[in-house]
Amino acid sequence: MPYVVILFPSTHYAIRAEKMAKGSGFTVKLIPVPRHLSSDCGVCLRCSSDQKEPLECLLQQEGIKIEGIHFLSD
Amino acid sequence: MIYFDNAATSWPKPPEVKEAMVRFMDEVGANPGRSGHRLSIEAARILYEAREALSKLFNVKDPSRIVFTLNATESINLALKGLLRTGDHVLTSSMEHNSVMRPLRELEKRGVTLHIVPCSPQGELDPEEVKREIRSQTKMIVLNHASNVTGTLLPVPEIGKIARDHGILFFVDAAQTAGAYPIDMESDGIDLLAFTGHKSLYGPQGTGGLAIGEKVKIQDLTPLKQGGTGSRSEFEEQPDFLPDRYESGTPNAVGIAGLLAGVSFVMKKGVAFVRQYETQLIGKLTEGLQEVPGILLYGPQNPAEKMATLSFNLKNLAPSEVASRLEDESGILCRPGLHCAPSVHKTIGTFPEGTVRFSLGCFNTLEEIHKVLETIDRIARRKN
Repeated sequence: MPYVVILFPSTHYAIRAEKMAKGSGFTVKLIPVPRHLSSDCGVCLRCSSDQKEPLECLLQQEGIKIEGIHFLSD
Repeated sequence: MIYFDNAATSWPKPPEVKEAMVRFMDEVGANPGRSGHRLSIEAARILYEAREALSKLFNVKDPSRIVFTLNATESINLALKGLLRTGDHVLTSSMEHNSVMRPLRELEKRGVTLHIVPCSPQGELDPEEVKREIRSQTKMIVLNHASNVTGTLLPVPEIGKIARDHGILFFVDAAQTAGAYPIDMESDGIDLLAFTGHKSLYGPQGTGGLAIGEKVKIQDLTPLKQGGTGSRSEFEEQPDFLPDRYESGTPNAVGIAGLLAGVSFVMKKGVAFVRQYETQLIGKLTEGLQEVPGILLYGPQNPAEKMATLSFNLKNLAPSEVASRLEDESGILCRPGLHCAPSVHKTIGTFPEGTVRFSLGCFNTLEEIHKVLETIDRIARRKN
């Protein structure tokens, strides 16, 4: 199943993004950052591919800094 | 026992503060922002929720602009040493605590010019006098929100407007007010707010923070410390974004869990309610003390002009002697001496002997006020 991970500069933004996303009805999950994407020790936000556009839009509106967005599959 | 030393640290704390800390130790315990496992995420969530609650309390739009520190002193050092450079001119008042005075005196040695605007013997500051001292090099006005000795409230919104009109940064030390007096960084014109967690926010000791307004450029505010943040781990340079830039090393997460519970307690009660309750208590205490023979009361007597803190002396009796009799006779705990604020005592005319300070919190009661008044009256009459 393809999915999307959204990376943030720090855990603070990842937690804030998760809270905003859940508050707006998105189905998201915080997961460890996949090693091949970044050497950061933190977390990123996982969501289904179809939620990528509206979620990115919401996070931008809320002024949450996004480090990168990646399409992955299980 | 009667605890009248809340300006040093509040006690007791609401039971939920301890419960939140026990829960953290038992069920969370991990290092926030250092891993992707669920306990680390849970710890990071607690820090986030605390930041968000504090940002609401002080009306800061972006929670990442709340940076955690050990206490107000560390926040003050971060703001002053991080922003002030050789050649800058700084204005402050004569009502400052050593937490502000000592960093400013240190900065003076590094080429910062300092001007201390004198206050009245009641500790009041005339905003016009501050305005008159502004020069082209004036970078910042540094002001205590309320005195830890007399409780005097300083004119924060008025100075905030002056600072804004002149394009100067306005720094406020809210150690004595955060949680017990309404603070709105936006409408009060505050650019930097140092707060402590363990006084009127009812958190544990070892918690505090700095709220950084939108006008402050992050690249201009040098961190006090560099180190691990859990972010940008591939680089050896400090991150340039909030809040990580100022939060190196493992935070006091268990303390912040307690602080979150304390802030939630205050917000549930309402700052306005706490303010009203404490104003009533300090009003009754002041009225009663005015009747005590041979008493000298310092600072404003009108409770609307002060926090629930007051200073006094009994004629011919040293402050430390009064304090020890209060404890020995009725179990009343207070604080005598200079309260880490020599400049304040010089301003109110009590240097170097100091005063006896009573400082109240939201758990004090009218019955306690009556008991304290009876004891003080007895001590004063026996003496005179």
